Amino acid sequence: MTLPQPPMSLLAELTHRCPLACPYCSNPLDLERKSAELDTAGWRRVLEQAAEMGVLQVHFSGGEPMARPDLVELVTLARKLNLYTNLITSGVLLDANKLDALDKAGLDHIQLSFQDVTEEGAERIGGLKGAQERKLKAARLIQASGIPMTLNFVVHRENVARIPQMFELARELKAGRVEIAHTQYYGWGLKNRDALLPSREQLEESTRAVEAERAKGGLAIDYVTPDYHADRPKPCMGGWGQRFVNISPSGRVLPCHAAEIIPNVTFPNVRDESLAEIWNNSRLFNMFRGTEWMPEACRACDRREIDWGGCRCQALALTGDAANMDPVCSRSPFHEKVEQALYTNTVEDFVYRRM
Amino acid sequence: MSVTEDTVLSFARGHRLQQDLVRDLWLVQAPEKAFIIEGAAPHILGLVDGERTVSSIIETLTGQFSAPREVISADVLALLSDLTEKGVLRA
Repeated sequence: MTLPQPPMSLLAELTHRCPLACPYCSNPLDLERKSAELDTAGWRRVLEQAAEMGVLQVHFSGGEPMARPDLVELVTLARKLNLYTNLITSGVLLDANKLDALDKAGLDHIQLSFQDVTEEGAERIGGLKGAQERKLKAARLIQASGIPMTLNFVVHRENVARIPQMFELARELKAGRVEIAHTQYYGWGLKNRDALLPSREQLEESTRAVEAERAKGGLAIDYVTPDYHADRPKPCMGGWGQRFVNISPSGRVLPCHAAEIIPNVTFPNVRDESLAEIWNNSRLFNMFRGTEWMPEACRACDRREIDWGGCRCQALALTGDAANMDPVCSRSPFHEKVEQALYTNTVEDFVYRRM
Repeated sequence: MSVTEDTVLSFARGHRLQQDLVRDLWLVQAPEKAFIIEGAAPHILGLVDGERTVSSIIETLTGQFSAPREVISADVLALLSDLTEKGVLRA
């Protein structure tokens, strides 16, 4: 048997703790507590094993990764191992001293999240008073440090109209890149879907705003659309167990951040086995790898190695079986589940992300 | 700006050349992506150090490879101009 290609990138979810409470958080509904978190030695071992396997980039994320006092130590080690280090942060815990320590540790890049361009909109999503001001301060510190910065905006029904102002803010803060990422509907996002999902008109307007900004040049733009309005599924994570590996705060190794909803499988943990052993041989990583597992219609489809069957967690969440066709695909017998959702987006209250 | 033989280039912050020993190839690491470089590109970028001029890079490569200077010079200027325009390198 030939071994799978090693992963390109590793998402290290150092903690689920976070001062914000965004209702579309990509963390699972069942959040892990501080007492369950891997210790520094555990994360050091993960980084060493990742570099040895061929991982190229490590994304330190959370929760809020700056809630971990060993962040600087882990960034230092990752750089020493020649891993590209990216910090994904809300910025609310960042100050000049902490940034200086990260800079000296060799941090390569920072992705700073904004919930909106208006204070009111941002605080309604994040649930934290004063967060916007702290984020703006963090952005100016990062700008002054010279560390390359991406601004990340998750967009949804309530803020999608302000995409042009998001680009203005990115240019004002001299961010080299901007991510305009429509909410993806898993976990908290799915729980709040009927309050977040944009209309087709809103989606089209947002796409026009992105194209207009791209035409101006000078800003790298990543644009992620909500697949509910599509008729072909997205190539989720570039294929299950093909390019990407996620490690939860407690050391669970997952093919994506939502995969803990998959039933009837043991989640392998770096406390018990090596990362390479898990990536290559675990049942979880081999469940939906490649094309063998696919339903008949997917296996016969000429897009099978383009979208890799779409998203398993979406198939599970909307149809009850992770091995079903992704219901986003118009050829799926469950496609109506997605179409129905487009007509029920009338809720106004959020369920905030809390422990 | 346009790259000439007098230009001195370095990698922009957040970008670096890296040998991938596991996959046996050369990469440029960049924010949220890495791209593979092939052929003469790793040799050329290996000489980008913030001190050498482009002309000195061309001289060094002319000493190492059998191709005529004008061929090497055209390749070097094309690659370095392209990567400068993309923000990977800067003067």
